Amino acid sequence: MIALLATLAGWAVVTYGNAALGVVNPVLLPTPGAVAAVLVDAIRDGSLLRHVLTSLVRVAEGFGLAALVALVAGLLAGICTPVRLLIEPVIEFVRPIPPLAFLPMFLVWFGLGETSKVAFIGYTTVFPMFVGIAASVLSVDVMLLRAAASLGARRRELIRRVVIPAALPGIIVALRVGFGLALFVIVGAEFMGADAGLGYLIMEGRTFFNPAQIVLGALVLGLLGSLVNWLLLALERRIVPAQKGA
Amino acid sequence: MSIQVQGVSKSFTVGGATHAALTDVDIDVAERELICILGPSGCGKSTLLNIVAGFLPPTSGRVLVDGRAISGPGADRGVVFQEYVLFPWLTVAGNVAFGLELKAVPSDERMRIVRHYLTLVGLNAHADKYPVQLSGGMKQRVAIARALANDPAIVLMDEPFGALDAQTREVLQDELSRIQSVEPKTILFVTHSIREAVYLADRVVVMTSAPGRIKQVVPIKLGELRDRFAAEFTQYESELTRLVKEEVAKVHE
Repeated sequence: MIALLATLAGWAVVTYGNAALGVVNPVLLPTPGAVAAVLVDAIRDGSLLRHVLTSLVRVAEGFGLAALVALVAGLLAGICTPVRLLIEPVIEFVRPIPPLAFLPMFLVWFGLGETSKVAFIGYTTVFPMFVGIAASVLSVDVMLLRAAASLGARRRELIRRVVIPAALPGIIVALRVGFGLALFVIVGAEFMGADAGLGYLIMEGRTFFNPAQIVLGALVLGLLGSLVNWLLLALERRIVPAQKGA
Repeated sequence: MSIQVQGVSKSFTVGGATHAALTDVDIDVAERELICILGPSGCGKSTLLNIVAGFLPPTSGRVLVDGRAISGPGADRGVVFQEYVLFPWLTVAGNVAFGLELKAVPSDERMRIVRHYLTLVGLNAHADKYPVQLSGGMKQRVAIARALANDPAIVLMDEPFGALDAQTREVLQDELSRIQSVEPKTILFVTHSIREAVYLADRVVVMTSAPGRIKQVVPIKLGELRDRFAAEFTQYESELTRLVKEEVAKVHE
């Protein structure tokens, strides 16, 4: 909290100082006041809410779809070695390609509408989530499986009663990473061919030479990111209280 | 149920090199008998237990339970591990109920059984705790209750008290021999503690150093209630110490 306030104070000192001394054009270094003014405007005309909701819906859809695919594929790959040997090389080949390199491809395929953004977010987040989920399934302690088997558990019960609960903390971490990534890349997707969303808000700030609006977009994104991360952490603590601490 | 280990050998291949862990082991464990397997570390005694549990296939030979060859782990052979291996996402009661839930035992019957075994190991007050909240000795009590609640005819114990301090260790040995007198099981108990073996076993199987072979089988002809300081007890202790020392010495040659 103190660190946050200090950062804010530092920002104010630099920008107001610059405005007073005229080191660079004050428009280039927006003051907290200027950003606040843009914020008030954006709230008043409802555009901020529209941009936030647009981005969030895209993130939720793309992430949701990717999470579903990553869960099914990750569980399968973690449990069944032939499946893993089949998918892993493909994923390891595709994964290092920066997702943004494929963004134009998604625009070519799906046009400028919602589909291209949702598909792009899904594409970006599915691989890291898959890798994380498969790894946490694979790293389930073989001793836990032995203990359950000696209590009479068969394959299906081992998966349901041991593999899934044991891998759950790792799975939740993978989903959290995926969601963070989704918020990360939505901006890029909205830079190109969008008429709403936080990325669009930022791009509009550039087009109309309004740096305060760029800063506002960035700040709102940061706020959303920490809010969502905080929510997911709280959720994680609720679902896996048992394995924490001591 | 009885166990027959017949001509079991096991070798592992690591990086192209094969080394033998067990050579031609034969053991007959009679129903309700407690056999301790004693030997220097690395003699393959845990490997033998893992084979009887069905976790590892033998390279040659076979294991019979009541005359039938085993093909994998099963609820007829409960296992207590040195590192407890409790399910961390389940409470103490949930851990003990695990096998009963698999068998679809009705919930009130299940609760009655869980309470019975938690009482037997003195943990009734901790039923709703999670494993991370327990000490090592308590965790091992839960593991024993979990194995027994499933009512296996055979219990396989792999240095179950090895990670515990000396006092806790003796308390749990007392509890095990008390439980064994109330609800006797066929028990195969791996240990490297000579005192533990003399205190618990009907017979002690002494293994050679690697590759593990049976060196000698020593019947312990002491009564049910054993006194760790009695003359006969220390006599058995020194006899077994001599046998084990010969093997440890071979390792250092």
